[in-house]
This record gives sequence, C-alpha cells and structure tokens, in this order.
Amino acid sequence: MDILPILSTLRRHKLTAWLLILEIALTCAIVCNAVFLISQRLQRMDMPSGVAEHELLQIQVADVLKPVNPYARAQEDLAVLRQVPDVQSVAFSNQVPFGGSSSNGNVLLDPNQPQRTLNATTYFGENLVSTMGVQLVAGRDLRPDDFVDVETALKGLRTGDSKSLPHVTLITRTLAGRLWPGQNPLGRLIYLTPTVGLRVVGVLASLVRPNAYDAATAQYTMVVPVRMGADKSESYIIRTRPQDRARVLGAALAVLKKADPQRVVTTQRSFDEVRSRFFKDDRAMAGILLGVIIALMIVTALGIVGLASFWVQQRRRMIGVRRALGATRADILHYFQTENFLLATLGIALGMALAYGINLFLMLHYELPRLPAVYLPVGAVLLWLIGQLAVLGPALRAAAVPPVVATRSV
Amino acid sequence: MFGYYLDLALRSLKRSRGLTALMVLSIGLGVASCMTTLAVFRAASGDPIPWKSSRLFVPQMGIWQESARNADGEPLDALTYTDAMALMRDHRAARQSAIYAIAPAVFPARSGQHPSTVGGYAVYGEFFRMLDVPFLYGQGWTSQEDAAAAPVVVLSRALNLKAFGGIDSVGRMLDVSGHDYRVVGVTDDWNPQPVFYDVFGSGGFTPEGPGLFMPFTRAIAAKLSNGRTACDKEPTQPGFAGLKQSDCVWITFVAQLDSAAAARAYRRYLDDYAGEQRRAGRFGGKPNNRLRDLPAFLDAEHVVPGDTKVMLLVALGLLVVCLVNTVGLLLAKFLRRSAEIGVRRALGAPRGAIHAQFLTEAGVIGLAGGTLGLGLTWLGMIEIRLVLPPRLAALAQLDGSLLLATMATAVLCTVLAGLYPSFRAARVQPAWQLKSS
Repeated sequence: MDILPILSTLRRHKLTAWLLILEIALTCAIVCNAVFLISQRLQRMDMPSGVAEHELLQIQVADVLKPVNPYARAQEDLAVLRQVPDVQSVAFSNQVPFGGSSSNGNVLLDPNQPQRTLNATTYFGENLVSTMGVQLVAGRDLRPDDFVDVETALKGLRTGDSKSLPHVTLITRTLAGRLWPGQNPLGRLIYLTPTVGLRVVGVLASLVRPNAYDAATAQYTMVVPVRMGADKSESYIIRTRPQDRARVLGAALAVLKKADPQRVVTTQRSFDEVRSRFFKDDRAMAGILLGVIIALMIVTALGIVGLASFWVQQRRRMIGVRRALGATRADILHYFQTENFLLATLGIALGMALAYGINLFLMLHYELPRLPAVYLPVGAVLLWLIGQLAVLGPALRAAAVPPVVATRSV
Repeated sequence: MFGYYLDLALRSLKRSRGLTALMVLSIGLGVASCMTTLAVFRAASGDPIPWKSSRLFVPQMGIWQESARNADGEPLDALTYTDAMALMRDHRAARQSAIYAIAPAVFPARSGQHPSTVGGYAVYGEFFRMLDVPFLYGQGWTSQEDAAAAPVVVLSRALNLKAFGGIDSVGRMLDVSGHDYRVVGVTDDWNPQPVFYDVFGSGGFTPEGPGLFMPFTRAIAAKLSNGRTACDKEPTQPGFAGLKQSDCVWITFVAQLDSAAAARAYRRYLDDYAGEQRRAGRFGGKPNNRLRDLPAFLDAEHVVPGDTKVMLLVALGLLVVCLVNTVGLLLAKFLRRSAEIGVRRALGAPRGAIHAQFLTEAGVIGLAGGTLGLGLTWLGMIEIRLVLPPRLAALAQLDGSLLLATMATAVLCTVLAGLYPSFRAARVQPAWQLKSS
C-alpha cells in the first residue's frame, strides 16, 4: 500500500487529523495507566493468606453480662463446638487473617535497642496453626504447656516476673528472612518489650496479618502462646469440609446460643466472606476503572467512526475517480484502513510518552509504582484494534462508492 | 434571531443524523462517566460539616517513646484517658468533648424483640451543640448530668423506631447493657462522612450512623468497653481500670475554637500541658503536638484514600478525551459548510451572525448531550450501588448542584468546541467560497 498519497491527503485535514491523534494518544495513555491500576488491584486481591480459607468459619459473640470466669466460658464453648457434627477442629483466636482488627507488637532483636526493628502482628490462641491449616515448614507447633493465660502474662509484665510470661513463638518464613536473612531462625530470640523474650520454635510457610494493607509487611506475623478468656473481640474459628460450611455454621450458632441464650452473635461468616469483605474496596475500584476504560474506548471509537465517515463523504468524488481509473474495492478499503492505522500509530507513539509522563506524575504524588513496560503494548494493541474496528464501517461504505460518481459533478 | 438560528441548527443537525448522534453520544458518555466518578469521590473527599469545619479543632499529642512512633512523624489521633480528662477539666475551648465508641447491648422496650448490640458514642453534652446534631425530639443532656454521670441516653431515629416504634420517646426508659437509661432526645438521621469525630476508630467511613449517645462519664462508670485501642506497652493492670491508667490511646477529642486568637491560645495551652507531662515523666520522646482545624486534620490523616484523587484524574482525563472528540467532530461538520457560509456572508450576514448561528448549533448539541449524560449518570449511579461497598455507595448522592454541573459542563464543552470551527468558518472569504463551489 502506498503511504505517500495518504499523507498528502491528511495534510489537507491537518487540524482534524491532529485532534484524532491527540484523542488516541490521550486514550492510550489513560488506558495504559488504568489497566496497570486494575492489575495492581487484582494482584492485591490475590494475596495469599496461608490458611485453608474454603474450610474455615468465624464466629464472634458478645456477652451481655460478663461471664464470671471467661477462661472457663471459652473452654466450655470450645468443647460444645467440637461436639457439632462434621466439625474437624476448633480454635479460639484474638484475630483472623484479613479480619481487619489486629493486635500488633514492636519487634526488637536486642532488648536495649532504642528503635523497633519492625512491627509485626501477634496471633494468640490454642490450636490455631492446625485449625487454620497453616503449614509448618521448620521446628514444632506450640504445645499446651507453652501457653500462658492473658492475665497471668499481664501480671508478669507488671512485676517483671519472666516465669509467668510466654517464652516461645512461631514466625512466618517472610518474617524470619527479614530478621535474619539467610540464617536459621530456630532458637533465636525476639523481644516484644525488653522483658518479653520469645524463642522461635517453629517457622510457618505463610500466615497473613489481619491488617494486610501493605503487601510488603503483610506476612510479618507471629503466633504467641497466650490463652484468652471469652470476650467480644475474640473469634471462634471452626474447620470443616467446604460443602458442610453452611450447615456447620448454623449448628455451631445453635449450640453457642444454647450455652448462653443471652448473648449476641456479632459475626458469623465463612473465610471466603472475610476475604471478599477485606478486598471490597479494591474490587470496587477495579470495577470503576474498568467502566471508565470501556467508556473511554467507546468514545474514542465513536470519534473515529464519525471522522472517518465524514472523510469518506467528503472524498466520494476522489474515490469514484480512483475506482474509474481501475482501483478495486479492496484498494479503497485498504486505503482507509491504512490511513486509520497511520493515525493510530502516531497517536499510540504519542500516547506511550504521555502514559509514562502520567505514571511519573502519579509516582511523584500518589506513591504508585513505576508502570511496567509490558502495559504499553497492551494499550497499543487495544487501540489499534479499536481503530480498525471503528473504521471498518466507513471504509466499507467507501468501498461501495460506484465508479460512476466520478462522472457526476458535485 | 435566536429562534431562527435554532431552526437553522435543527435543520443542519437533521441533515447528518449519524454524526449528530455520535456527537451527542460522545458528550453524554463523557459527562456521565465524569460526573458519576465525581459524585462518588467528591462525596468521599468532602467536608463533613462545611459551615463549621474551620472552627472545629482536633488536639493531638505525641506521648510515646520515639521507637513506638509513626514513621511519618505524625502524633497519635487519639488521647489517653488521663489526658482527655485533663483537657475536659481545664475546659479551655468554647465547646469540647471527649469521645469514645461504645457498642452496648440494648434490650428493646417492646416485647418480642431480641437484645442487640448497638454502636454508639460516649460523649459530653456539648457534643450535640458543637457538631450541630439535628434533633427530632428532646435535646442533649446538661453539664450537670455529665458531672453526675446520669443514666440518660440520646437515640438515633433508627433505634427509636426499633425500640419505641418511632414515637416521641423522651422521658421513656431503655435497658442498655442491663441498666435503665432515661431517653432525653432522639436525633434525626445523622451520619456525616468522613466520621470526623472518630477517625481513629472508624477509619473515616461507616455505613450506619451512631445508634445512641450517652454521657462519657456514665459510660466510664458503667465500664462500657471501647472500640479500637492503640498501645505502646501493655497496660500494667488488667481490664477497664488498667486501660484508664495506661498510656494506651482510645479517646478522640473535638474542640470548638471561634477565633484565630482562641486557636493560638489553645495551642499554647496544649504545649504547656504536654511540657508539664514530659517534665513529670509521663510523656516520652520529643514534643510533637498538633492542633489542626478539621479540613487540615482530615487531610493529614489521609482519610480520603489516595486512590480517590487518582480516580478523579482518570475521570477528568475521560472528560478531556470527550471534549477533544467533540471538537474534532464539530470541526469536521462545520468546516464542510463553507459554501453555506459563503452564501450567507454574500447575502450580508456579519461575522457575528455566523458565530451566533454556529454557537447555537453547538449549544443544541451540548444540551442534547447533557440531557443524555444526565440519563447515563443516573444509570451510572445505579451501577455504582451494585459495584461499590455500601459505605461508599451511600455517599454517592445525585444532588441538585451535580445535576446543574452536568448540564453546564456539557454546554460549556460543546460551545468551547464550537468556538474554533465557527471562528474559522466565519473567516472564510465569501467571494472565494462562492467561486470554488
């Protein structure tokens, strides 16, 4: 296909051609960045939790009147929950992965260091690792004799009596790698305060924080052997088969209600719901961005259709002359397709530069990462496709112009 | 004359239906997507109490050791019980209130209903006047009732409906967490977003407004447990008593300061207080106090997620693309009509008349596009409700000013888009034009 005649024709429509190029460039730049933003959201929503999510249920209850002995109450509740048919395991935890509300501690490697090394979340509760299906990659799980009651631990903290404090902890592989890169973490000490030293006895493959808002620190997790009493902020975690979840949840609520009819169930959900709730905003944002991209594509396509049909109408005589001189329908079709391809390519080239510019601006002002180069071809291909699709109709109409038009005066 | 131009415009638009439809659709889509995104994010980033926000202040104090502080150097956005009580006692602001979130069990007065936990706040009586909380019945409690830790309660309209069937329940008794409370007021629906009086606990947005309020002093006496707590060290004593004595922060605070001088004085007072506590050994680390007015505080707290601004940029980009698109199409359409312009100029039409004619035509397209955009915005709002989490979707209201903005944007865009083509068209030499055709 000869490009020069196309260019010389376009030179007669400089302003409109440039506007179309500008439109394509803007669309390309916005689409590249929006697709990147969407993919970041999707990536975040895929964040691994390290637990058997499809097999877990969470229940929280609030007592109207405080139980006399909250520890006994918790143990009774756990016992009745274990009796529910199809329940495989039950744990009592201060927090749940992706639950939002979290307990966190400052980690020190040396009890006397002035600044914390990092901030990690602390899971408390018995049976946690086995119930949630967290994979232990080194060392051992927590044993019943490791556990200390919350109030005993608090008293130990107050009096400085280290005997009544927990002594061991499990940490995630990520946390171990961050604290002691390339070394064996087992047997090493972590300090939560200068008096609370915890020896690492086990390493977990993965266990996400309840407050995993930042992917870099999402796996900074410890499990500390502290036993809690029944309270509205703690959760019962139940493991069962995926297909039994709804039934088991109903039965579990019934036995908990039966144990104390006065109490109020504040949370009852599967872990799938926990995850979907945690990432709701990300999903919404991705949805809106997708809507904007589609709207943008439609608008650009409409612009191309409009301008192309206008040009076809304007050049009917020229088309007729070309047909009369022996050009085939395909030649005319290709002429308009090539013209659009040229405009789109120019627009895309400009758009890529613009996309990088916008990304730089976003990086500077909104803490976004750099746009990977892989998104540029995505935008380019999308716009080429849109352009070709949009121009097809007008180009076919042009190809249908009969040669006899050449002989008519306007 | 305008009627004539309107007639001309309609005739011209009828001649090229396809192109007209494209322009209208393009404007409609652009305006609608831009307005829908704006509706959501303007609401999310809005001022929750615009008529008063510059007079409401949030005192913050850095009280922990350097090692426990935030990396960005911002002090905590809540106070300890000790400090909140000291600020209340000294009472240096025109109005002020310590605030904490409670969720007591409420036993409805009507039989046959189950107890349920109701989210609310423990506040001082001045809270309602300070934040202009609207009342349906009754009013807030007095400072005497604050001092006496009186068992009184203010209900939300929703809780009043649930507990008392929506009647004027002032003077009635309600069982809250096992004790009788006298209802002194019922608020109208009130849920300003962001939840500026409890950013610490709410994170900024809640789908439901507070269900009940009770005196702060009473909630403390009844040991009603709080929502979020942030600690440097574990409290040295267990339970509520330990929390009250600890360096944990869990109480938010709002003060009304009516003049710049009052704000300065309060800032000085805050610095003096923190200095005193630091000398006494209660506060660690370097002095780090803040007294920001509400807009500045919300900004510093990053209540509005960064995404929101990115989304606004995207929406704006979309509008720009639509504008460029429409300029291109209008240009194509108008420049084609040089023959017609030539005839009109030759017959004596001044340039102004050509401008007016073309601007009328552009305006008609703009109005049509705006009307379409209005409809599409409405559809967009429905989609928003499906896609967005309720707490954000509830914010997205299609209000009158937005409607007006939609129309104005559409017409302005197209008139701007029509300006250049009409300018060029009006400059066409009539003689040259007549000759060539």
